[in-house]
Amino acid sequence: MLPDWRPSCAIELMRLRAQLLAELRQFFAERSVLEVETPILSHSIGTDPQLAFFTTEYCLSPRQQTLFLQTSPEFAMKRLLAAGSGSIYQISKAFRNGESGRFHNPEFTLLEWYRVGFTLPQLMDEIDELFAGLFSGQSLQETQRVSYQDVFISYTGLDPLVFSYQDYCVFARESQLPEAVTICGYDHGMWLDFIFSHKVQPYLGENSLCMVYDYPACQSSLARISEANEQVTDRVELFMNGIELGNGYYELADAKEQSSRFDKELAIRKQEELPVTVKDQRLIAALESGLPECSGVAIGLDRLLMQLSGSSSIDEVLSFPIRCA
Amino acid sequence: MATYSTNEFKAGLKVMLDNDPCAIIENEFVKPGKGQAFSRVKIRNLKTGRVIERTFKSGESIEGADVVDVEMQYLYNDGQFWHFMVPDTFEQYQTDEKVVGESGKWLKDQDTCTVTLWNDAPLAISPPNFVDLTITETDPGVRGDTSGGGGKPATLETGAVVRVPLFVQIGEVIKVDTRTGEYVSRVKE
Repeated sequence: MLPDWRPSCAIELMRLRAQLLAELRQFFAERSVLEVETPILSHSIGTDPQLAFFTTEYCLSPRQQTLFLQTSPEFAMKRLLAAGSGSIYQISKAFRNGESGRFHNPEFTLLEWYRVGFTLPQLMDEIDELFAGLFSGQSLQETQRVSYQDVFISYTGLDPLVFSYQDYCVFARESQLPEAVTICGYDHGMWLDFIFSHKVQPYLGENSLCMVYDYPACQSSLARISEANEQVTDRVELFMNGIELGNGYYELADAKEQSSRFDKELAIRKQEELPVTVKDQRLIAALESGLPECSGVAIGLDRLLMQLSGSSSIDEVLSFPIRCA
Repeated sequence: MATYSTNEFKAGLKVMLDNDPCAIIENEFVKPGKGQAFSRVKIRNLKTGRVIERTFKSGESIEGADVVDVEMQYLYNDGQFWHFMVPDTFEQYQTDEKVVGESGKWLKDQDTCTVTLWNDAPLAISPPNFVDLTITETDPGVRGDTSGGGGKPATLETGAVVRVPLFVQIGEVIKVDTRTGEYVSRVKE
């Protein structure tokens, strides 16, 4: 039998994707945000222990070098910002190894943009404008903005900023999730991921955009710690109908702080016997020379298309998902 | 027995969970962009039939369960045990009321059914979706009534009771859907 060669998405979805790309480019053109391209193959990669990367061999005989497929274009774009590019955006492929499911494909499309001089609330306003335009035909409910702490308490009664092992365990057992106790142990960050994934996120953004901000400091990633409250970080996540669509930061510009976060993540990688990488010294050098005050966000365009088309699986919006690529 | 990683979980896979054999119904990959990946699994306990949800840390492994479905011939019930035989090998298995359960009322001597074996011992019995059985007891219907409206209870040769149309009589063979326990049609011998 011949293998199935046909695309897994309908022709209509390809048209919708093309239309989305056109609308995005127009949106940024109107705001004088510059479209850029940065490499997908790079000598370095993010150290986040939660992101598994792909590597490939660059052969230039007699030399051979391992290169990484980017998990996001963030580092290269920050180097452009530090070089004085001004506000920029990029639509590019990103790669995350081992991620496959109804909402994941290991190769996917990211829209990432940075606004120089924007605080996180200003960027959230712009995200809101973008969504209002893209979903103009679909009568979305009003966008909700809620802090991580407030939304977590309202769905679980637990304070996400204060780790109480006892309370978290009681909640897990009462919610028919006793396995959380074994999986999470005394790891506060893991508990937050577990409970948020199971008991908060599914209810966020019913027929609307929901922006959750002020993430706990232990989930800061590449965001700044908030000046007003050091327990939280200037990070925002976007949700629609229970699906995570994007992640934004008031960008960390402190080279020393960035370098020490890399070191911490590398130590975790070593401890968990994950593939080892090296710090991106070019990013640190760029931060040292000075990253302008800016906020940035990355949005998964395949999931955004799922929302625009009411699809229940990412395969419905991809031409050739990994199983038939 | 082999172990399976969450990445290998798919519908139909038989695994051990809480010391019971289970079948995976559905596996959803859950991962926050910047967080821990989990597998949210819907799973059926093959002993109790109950469906539960369970989350695993992505990459975690669990033990497979030695569960197979075998076509067997139902031989007889000796009052305490039910006896089955694999037609090809003549290998015989016996099991009790607890395992046979509701399926027992559809089993007629010599009929073929599916026996689910766990570690080579019967775990569950599934009758065919449709069985032909003789009516041993029912009220006489009104002659000429072929409308089928209303209906009446009829006892079958295996002891099962189903609702049948009024025109169906004692001694007739009927086809029954074992999944719903409903009468389908008369069978012409």
